[in-house]
This record gives sequence, C-alpha cells and structure tokens, in this order.
Amino acid sequence: MLNLDQYTCLGAALRDALDRWPNEICLIESDRDKEKTRLTYSDFKEMALPLARALEDAEFLPGNRVAIIMTNQSKWLVTAYAVFFCGGVLVPLDYKLTAAEHLQLLSHCKSQVLVVEYYLWRAITQSPDFKNLNALVLVTEAPPSAELAGAYRWEEFRRKGDPEFVPRRREDVACIVYSSGTGGRPKGCVLTHENYLEQCKSLTTLYRFWPGVRYLSILPTNHAIDFMVGFIGPFVCGACVVHLRTLRPEFVRDAFVRYKITYVSLVPLVLKNLERGLKAKFEALSSGRRFLLNQLIAVNKFLTGWRPDIHLSRLLLPQVHKAFGGGLLAMFTGGAFMEPSTLQFFYDLGIPVANGYGLTEAGTSITLNDLKPFRADTVGKPLPGVELRLLNPDPDGIGEVAVRSKTVMAHYLDDPELTAQTIVDGWLLTGDLGRFDGHGHLQLFGRKKNMIVTEGGKNIYPEDVETYFDSLPVKEYCIFAANYLWSAKNLGQEMLVLVTHLEQGQELTDTLKEEMVACNRHVPDFKRAGGFLVWERDFPRTASMKIKRTELAEEIRKILGRGAVVTL
Amino acid sequence: MRTADQTLDEILDLAATHFKVPREKLTGDDDFFKTLGIDSLQALDLLTRLEHHFNVELPDYELQGVSDFRTLAGRIQARL
Repeated sequence: MLNLDQYTCLGAALRDALDRWPNEICLIESDRDKEKTRLTYSDFKEMALPLARALEDAEFLPGNRVAIIMTNQSKWLVTAYAVFFCGGVLVPLDYKLTAAEHLQLLSHCKSQVLVVEYYLWRAITQSPDFKNLNALVLVTEAPPSAELAGAYRWEEFRRKGDPEFVPRRREDVACIVYSSGTGGRPKGCVLTHENYLEQCKSLTTLYRFWPGVRYLSILPTNHAIDFMVGFIGPFVCGACVVHLRTLRPEFVRDAFVRYKITYVSLVPLVLKNLERGLKAKFEALSSGRRFLLNQLIAVNKFLTGWRPDIHLSRLLLPQVHKAFGGGLLAMFTGGAFMEPSTLQFFYDLGIPVANGYGLTEAGTSITLNDLKPFRADTVGKPLPGVELRLLNPDPDGIGEVAVRSKTVMAHYLDDPELTAQTIVDGWLLTGDLGRFDGHGHLQLFGRKKNMIVTEGGKNIYPEDVETYFDSLPVKEYCIFAANYLWSAKNLGQEMLVLVTHLEQGQELTDTLKEEMVACNRHVPDFKRAGGFLVWERDFPRTASMKIKRTELAEEIRKILGRGAVVTL
Repeated sequence: MRTADQTLDEILDLAATHFKVPREKLTGDDDFFKTLGIDSLQALDLLTRLEHHFNVELPDYELQGVSDFRTLAGRIQARL
C-alpha cells in the first residue's frame, strides 16, 4: 500500500494509486447477473480527469463543495476523485432521504455543484423547494429524451486537456458528512484530509488490502464506513471494489461467489438475513448430514477458538465457504448493535465478523475487533492512534465513551454551539455508554443521548421525525428514544416513542389512534415510531416555547414505565 | 392490459401467498412492512416475485419511499 504519512490530502494519495497500479482492476459494477462496468486504475483515471477538467473550466475553485446523491456505483467514486483532484470538498448525501430532505441539506451545505442520479433528480425537481436550489447540477444515467430542468448530463460534462492538480493541506476540509438532522438541527460533520488519511492508515494496519483483494460495497458509499473501506482503503492499496446496482439478497449472495469477495461490510439487517438463509439450508439437510455438519462446526470452533485459521476452516467446511465464494477473509460490522449470537454463528463457521464501533464525528471507526482472539461480546479494542476514556463511570464501571484521535472531525458545519457541547477539551463526547473489560475491549451498554441506531445502521434522532406528526390533533406531542426515557443496559431493539398530551376533555379514541398510525406511515419506514403513550401534564417549555426535553423525559421516567407504551 | 385494480389485487394475492397471511386481511392501503411483518430486504424479495409475476423489470428504487400496496401497484402499473 502507499505510505500515507507522506501525503497531505486524499487527492494526492489517490492520484499516486492510479499511477502505481494502472493495470489492476479497481472497480467492477454489476447489475443483477450482468456485469456493467470493469475499470482498471488507468481506465478510472481516464474517466475522472476530463470531468476534473470540465469542473475547472466551469470555474470550480478549491474549497468549493460538491454534493453527491447516488447509489453505490462507479460514477460515485469517479466523481469523488475528480472533486479531490480539483481541491474540492465532497458532501455525500444519503440517497434514501426524501427530495425535501435532500434540498434542505443542499441548502445547509451551500454546495456549488450537485451530482445526482436521474431518478433522484426527477424527485428533487418535483419538490416545492426546488426553485431555491442554486447549483451546477450533473445528472447521471438520464434517458435520452429526459427533461433535465437545467441540469447537465454527467456523461457529457467533460473537457479535453490536462486539469491542474490542486494540492490541499492535511487540515483542509475533505468532506462534510451529515450524521443526522434533516428534520431538526443539521449535523454536518466537517472532516479533514488528516482525519481520513489517519483513519485509513490505522484500519489498513489491522485489515490489509492488496492488489487482488475484492471488497463488496453494500453499505451506501455516503456512509463513513463504505467511503473508507469501500473506496479510500482499497484504492490506496491497489485493491478492487465491487458495486451492485441491486441489493436483493439473491444477487448479493451470488456476488460473493461470482467475484470471489475478500471483505465486505454489513449492517445487522443483512448479516441476519445471511444467517437466516444459512440456517434454513442447514435445516433442509438430512439428519445424517446435519449431524456431520454440526460435528465439523464443533471441530472448527475448537481449533479456531484462540485465533482464526481461514485455511483450516475452508478445509473443514468447504460447502459453507464455497457459498461465500471461497475467498472471504472477514466481514466487518459496526454502526449498529449486532447480536453476539449472530457474530458467533459466523465465527464458528470459520467466517470472522470483525465487530467495531464508531461514529461519523470520529471519522469511521474508533474500535475494531482484531480477532486476537475473536470476541462476540465486545466492539473490540481502540484502533491505533485512538485514545478512549470513560466519563463519570458508575459503580459498574460504565461511563460515557469519550474519544481523542487525529480522526475526530474538525467541527459541525456552521454550529459552534453544538461543536462546543460535543468536543470538550479535545475529547469527542460520543453519548454512548461503555465499559472496558480486563483485556482492553470496549463493551457498549446503551446511550446517554436521545437517539437510536436502526438495524440498517441509520442514526435516527427523534427531532428529525417529529414534523411528520404536525397534523396530529392533540395539544402537544414529542418523540423520544425509548432507551433514553428508560435507560437500558443494552443496544438491542431500540425504538422511538411518540408522547402525546391530549387537549382537555379529549379522549384517546380509535380515530385518534388511526391518525397516529397514518402520520407514522408517512415517515420513511426505517424512521417510524414503534409506539406511543399518553402523558397527562403540560410539557415543560423554555421562554421561546421549545420543549425542555431533558426535563420532560425526567418527569415521564418518574411516573410511567415502558409498560405504558402502546404499539403503534 | 390489466387495470390498476387488477394489478393491486394480484399484488395482494401474491403477497398473501408468499408471506402466508390471510388474503382477506390485506387491503391496498395497508403498510406492507407492518401487515406482512417484513423488513426492507424481504420487501426487495417481494419485488423480485412481483417482477416474475408481471414479467417486468423493477429497479430497487421503485420501492424507495413506498410502504403501501396501492402506491406499489401504481409504480408497477406504470411499467406494464
């Protein structure tokens, strides 16, 4: 891999990578069972530089911002490289947000350029706030007769001639990544080139990439994990990234085999889906073969308990490993709570799942399981260069996790107040509660902050969901994370709770319940409230009528328990 | 050519059979995540089955922001 210590910016490291491994495959893009794109590092360069030159000609300046709203595909990475080449700042937005949410974040980050897939652009142009969008827009994959509403075709936005590389300093901004805040206060994490270079260095120390390694990119590339492990990490090592245009389970399973995948990052939802599929196959075996399989799993477990031995596991359980392509070295998870039993299930089959923990504000990961030995009950040890400490530990040793590292973001975009609350004396306060075990592994026990992380790895802040309930005919309402109202020493089964305060004399009728359900249905499925409760007192409010959430949560906690929550 | 109502009915029939839910419990306005008790990956699986049934290709994004059978039927109808 490249020696990242000698670089000051991602653009320079990527530029050298493209020159160092010109004939290695860097990107494969597959749509169902058809391969659409296969690029060498040299092809990649040829695609990106004319785009960089066109941006240059469009008077794009160093530090200008380019928002990307795309599913995982080669044009995402080609665009990102062109932006870094020109000294720009990348703003990767979640393609699963609504058009209104996209416009809100585009306005917040003041991006000069937007690169967007056609189907998403169509939705944006139909949104009432579209008229306020003021950016150069490049649309990918638009049909020949498509109405582009003033946008340019990405495929045609290129110029001949060599663009001039614009170097950046380590402390310059590389990306602005929104960790949440579409409905409330946007949290745009401002991440520097140093953040990424340091993160990449420490991650690739633990899990190496090299030419020939194939990483299956399933998590959205706008997500910090995929951006690092599905772009920067493989590229600076000459490895290959495989993109799938569909995430249907059958094609994901097929991709492992077809492309002989080496690494993949997964959220719990997908890993559990794989677990279910494997267990169903095991169940379908004859009793004799199942007995034999269980014996082999037991032998594998015994022989690899202390450290993984992938070659031995492949010999003992060839059919299982063949189903994953036969080249899989590890799967990475993080960002959401993972059931230890699921992690153990895969490890016992000889497929290590490296569980980690991180947050966008800290780059990508702050801890990761190093498999020395595998532990299903922790999120691993701090990565090299990461200092962790626990604030105000309780008698059980559980305290708020604080992190200090070169990977911690510079600040939140345009929000010094929130930045000051979050980064105190150089320590990033994560809001997560944890404890170290005797071996230096971090165990997580819940959250201090009012938010949840879904099985799909999405951070959901209650404030972002509240606007969907604006039409609810009640006196007032508020949304909380259930585990914030009633602390739970685990991170599983998190949910949001709608707290309603009815008008005087108003009753909780079936009609009102139906209205709650109807409002909830307008919320994107992964953000929905799981239940509601009725609160009978006025909400405490500030002079400017904002709900005092901490105080309200305390009041609710004193009087009501989890049993008061009615499923929505 | 199917009518929109026919398309919806066929979707409900297929969902009921595949996810083993009594057909009479499903209506067009139901939230399929909730009524069928499925997650987003299982919803994609449903999309594959609908593709086979209607003999039409449905990109994953046709499911984005959709959670009720009627809207899904509308998206499929537009591609028939």
